[in-house]
Amino acid sequence: MGINFEYFLNSLPYMGKGMLGIFVVTAVVVMVVNALNSLPDKKNKK
Amino acid sequence: MEMVKDVLIGLWESSGFAALFVDGAFLWQNLVMILVAFVLLYFAIAKKCEPLLLVPIAFGILLANLPGAGLMDDPTGLMDTSNIVEGAHWYDTGVLRLIYAGVKSSIFPCLIFLGIGCMTDFGPLLSNPVSLLLGAAAQLGIYVAFVVAIALGFTPQEAASIAIIGGADGPTAIYLTGKLAGHLLGPIAVAAYSYMALIPFIQPPIMKLLTTKKERQVEMKQLRKVSKVEKIVFPVVVLVICAFILPSVAPLLGMLMLGNLFKECGVVDRLSDTAQNALMNIVTILLGLTVGATTNGATFLKAETLKIVVLGLMAFCFSTVGGLLLGKLLYAITGGKVNPLIGAAGVSAVPMAARVAQNEGRKYNPTNFLLMHAMGPNVAGVIGSAVAAGFLLSRFG
Repeated sequence: MGINFEYFLNSLPYMGKGMLGIFVVTAVVVMVVNALNSLPDKKNKK
Repeated sequence: MEMVKDVLIGLWESSGFAALFVDGAFLWQNLVMILVAFVLLYFAIAKKCEPLLLVPIAFGILLANLPGAGLMDDPTGLMDTSNIVEGAHWYDTGVLRLIYAGVKSSIFPCLIFLGIGCMTDFGPLLSNPVSLLLGAAAQLGIYVAFVVAIALGFTPQEAASIAIIGGADGPTAIYLTGKLAGHLLGPIAVAAYSYMALIPFIQPPIMKLLTTKKERQVEMKQLRKVSKVEKIVFPVVVLVICAFILPSVAPLLGMLMLGNLFKECGVVDRLSDTAQNALMNIVTILLGLTVGATTNGATFLKAETLKIVVLGLMAFCFSTVGGLLLGKLLYAITGGKVNPLIGAAGVSAVPMAARVAQNEGRKYNPTNFLLMHAMGPNVAGVIGSAVAAGFLLSRFG
């Protein structure tokens, strides 16, 4: 089972971009959820 | 006497026994796969390991490896152009291959996501939005497995398909592999579903290794009640945002959120009921059967399959590590209010991963009830793995 270290290093940026992409999308969703939290709830108001 | 001899010779020549010998070569791989099917059936029926999936998958393996039965034949080369038969029609043989078109075209994974959406409660996630970050961190294994697969000589498309096993989401793995590396669908699907069934054995040792006893004993405060409006708005808004940022995520996430809207809006109970019961069961049968049927002995039993199995396990372990490490960070930031064990539930695999977090937490604090807290990262993991699949598809599709 041969491991090509050069291929490994070249693909590392994809790892960084991929994880960053997930966290960016997640951060936006977290902000949306926080905004939803402030929505008025009729039942609670009553 | 001559007639009897002719009949016997004809019977032999058309039998599966004769079909085991092709041009003097003995197809031992098919017999091995039939044995594998028996073993999987044993685990599914006797040990109750993911039986709803494993029974159809195992039976698909059995059917596809019956010599001469031709259930996956493709005489007109619709999916595989290597065995085209002159003058044949697309419907002549290969009934399972015809059903398999539902996998290849991504129809089945999307319909499964519709059903999952109907069964998913985003309430715990909405009441604790930070759990979304745990679902994101638990996708680490996907990218670790990706770079290692590339280093081992797989193409970027193959590496991406193998790596998505770390998302612990069967339909997502099938969806992405069908798009990027259809020839690896069999081993990847079998590995993905096998590891999902093995979560109670894979995760606890990693949880124990990366967390302290004090961290595992943390009791989390009760979640707030989520309003109906929030639950209805959430799937629509999240889909629009995610699909605008990453359009390739729309098929999977769209169906997931449609299913969830069916559940939460309260005006289409019949549709919700059909999607999460009848439709889900039908698609599970067809998906399991045809995914199993892709594991033809001659193409499945290779060193490459072993590499996929090992890389899949690595992806699963690193995804668990990613979730736990962010859980530990949140524990430190919040001054001990977050139990890091719930981070491991971010690997998706709903709801088994959340149950594992609950069981492990209870071992160290019998009064602890982590299940609802773990459900947040757990359903966030479904969104996270879909986003990861969308990213890989946009890069390598």
